Amino acid sequence: MKKLHIWSSLLLGLALLGVAFPAAGSDEVTYKGSTTVLPIAGLLSEALAPNVVFSVQGGGSGTGIAAIIDGTTDIAGSSRYMKLEEFEKAVANGVMPYVWEVAIDTLAIVVHPSNPIEQITYEDLRRIYFGEVTNWSVLGGPDMPIVVVSRDTSSGTYGTFKEVVLENQEVTDGALFQSSNGAMATTVASTPGAIGYVGLGYLQPSLRTLLLAKTAEGPFVGASVETALSLEYPLSRPLFMITNGYPQGAVARVIRFALSDEGQRLVLEAGYAPIRALSE
Amino acid sequence: MNGNGEMDVTRAPSLANRRRLALRRFAQKMDRPVFFALGLVSLVTLGVIFVFVVREAIPVFRYVSPSSLLGPAWHPTSEPPLFGALPMIVATGLVTLGALVLAIPLGFASAGFVAEIAPPALRDLAKSLLELLAAIPSVVYGFFGLTVVAPLVQRTFNLPTGQNGLSASLILALMALPTVASLAEDALTAVPKVHREASLALGASRWQTTWRVVFPSAFSGLFGAAVLGMGRAVGETMAVLMVAGNSPALTWSFLRPVRTLTAGIALEMAEAPSGSAHYHALFMLGAILLLIALATNGLAEWFRGRVARQGE
Repeated sequence: MKKLHIWSSLLLGLALLGVAFPAAGSDEVTYKGSTTVLPIAGLLSEALAPNVVFSVQGGGSGTGIAAIIDGTTDIAGSSRYMKLEEFEKAVANGVMPYVWEVAIDTLAIVVHPSNPIEQITYEDLRRIYFGEVTNWSVLGGPDMPIVVVSRDTSSGTYGTFKEVVLENQEVTDGALFQSSNGAMATTVASTPGAIGYVGLGYLQPSLRTLLLAKTAEGPFVGASVETALSLEYPLSRPLFMITNGYPQGAVARVIRFALSDEGQRLVLEAGYAPIRALSE
Repeated sequence: MNGNGEMDVTRAPSLANRRRLALRRFAQKMDRPVFFALGLVSLVTLGVIFVFVVREAIPVFRYVSPSSLLGPAWHPTSEPPLFGALPMIVATGLVTLGALVLAIPLGFASAGFVAEIAPPALRDLAKSLLELLAAIPSVVYGFFGLTVVAPLVQRTFNLPTGQNGLSASLILALMALPTVASLAEDALTAVPKVHREASLALGASRWQTTWRVVFPSAFSGLFGAAVLGMGRAVGETMAVLMVAGNSPALTWSFLRPVRTLTAGIALEMAEAPSGSAHYHALFMLGAILLLIALATNGLAEWFRGRVARQGE
C-alpha cells in the first residue's frame, strides 16, 4: 500500500511538471497591455496556435509598457503613444522599444438608447465632461440629469479621449469611472441619462451611437470601420504593439502575422479598422 | 532498548521500527522550533509588507505636506498634484458602515437560527449554503451588483445612477454576511450546553435563553465575527470597484457615486509611473488602509479585553 502511494504521488508530480512546462518545440510569446488591443491579440493567438503559443493578458496600456520596460513581456499592447519618460526609462533599462501600428481604433460616443439626442460636438463633450452642463435639456434633449461616465485614468482609451477631446484637462469629479470597456458599455446601457465612450469593438444594439463633429459646423459622422479608414471620423487613434528591439524569432512571426493581410482581416473581425485598405 | 520499551514485549524491534521510533522522537523534540519558525514566517511576512508599504509611501512628503493628505480633492495628474485622500477615507467608512449595519443583524440572526432554533437537517443545509456564499469570487458579486443591484437601486430611489455607496454597501453586506454568520454560529455553538439548560430550568423561555444567556456568553466571539466582517468590507476591492461608481468627489451621501481607498488604488496603480509622486501617493493610500485595519483590530482587542474584565 505504502509503495503504491509513493508511485502515485510521483506520477502526479510528473504530471504537474508537464503542466508547468509544456512540450518543447512550440515557441512561446507573451502579450500584455491595452484591453483595447486585447481582442486583436486574442484572435491572432487563436490563428497562430499551435505553432506559436501566444499567451495574452490585459492590464491596460500603462501596465503593458511597464512590462516591456521591465522585460516581463515579449509584446506590449498600447492604445496610446509611449510617453517620453517611459521611452527614457526603457532605454536606461537597456530596452529599445520598437512600436508597430497594428490597427486603427475609433472611439464611439454612446448614450442610452432611450435618449433622443442624435449628434454632439467636441465642445458639447467638453462642457459635459468638465461638469458645466449637467442636464440633457441644455443640449436639446429631455429634462434628465446627465450621468457622465468615464474610463479609469489608467486606460489608454481615457488617455486618447482626454488628449483629443478634453484638451488634456481633467474629467469632473462627479463622473463615474469604469475599469473596462465592458463595464462602460454595461453602465451606459443600463443608465437612461448616461453618456460614455467605447472602442468600436464594443458597440452593441443596447447602446445608441452619436454622430460626432469637431465643431458645430460639422460634418457630423458616425463611428464605423469605413469612416475610420477614410479618416472622416474625427475620434480615431492608432493601436500599437511594442517589442523590445527589432523582433526576432517567434516574436517576429507574431508581428509579421499581425501586419499581414490575414492578420488585418482579424483586426476587422475584432471590430477595429485595419491599417490599410485590404484587397478582397 | 531491550527490556524497557513497550515495543519489546512481543519481539525485538526491526531496523525499520527503530528508525521510525527515532524519527518520532526527533519530531517530538523538533516540534517547538518548527512551529516557532512557521509562526515567525507569517510574522516576518507581515512585517516586510508593512515596512515596504510605508517605505514607498513616505516619499510623497517630498511633494506635498502631511496635512494636505486629508484635503478634499484628489487630482493626481494636475499641476501641482493634489493628493487629498479625505473623499476616499470617507467613502471607505461610509460603505463599510452601511455594509455592517446590514450584515451584523442579519449575520447574528442567521447564526442564532442555525445554532439555536433550526432542526438538524435544516441546520446542515443552512450552514452549507452560507459556506457556498463565502466561496463565490468577488468579481461575480461585482458583476451581480453592476447588472442587478445598481439598476434596482437606481429605479427604487429614482436616481440618475445606481452606482453609488448604497449599492456598494448592499453587495459588501452580502459578501460579509457568510463571514459574520459562520463565525457567530461558531461562537454560539461554543457556549456550554449547561448554560442553556440552567436557564431553561429556571423557567426562562427559549427566546429569553437565546437572547439573555447565550448571546451575552458568546459576546467575545460575536464581536470577533463583527470585526472580521468589517475587515472583509474595508478591504474588498473588485466588487466595490464595479458597483460604487468611483467618483472621487467628496460626499457623505449613500446615494452618490463614491470611490473607496481600495478602488482608488486599483484604478490608478497601472498608470502611475513607478517612483513618481502619484505612485508614492497611492502607496500612502495603502498605508492609510493598513492603519485603518490596525486601528480597528487594536480597538476591537482593547474593547474585548474591557468587556471580559467587566464580566468577571
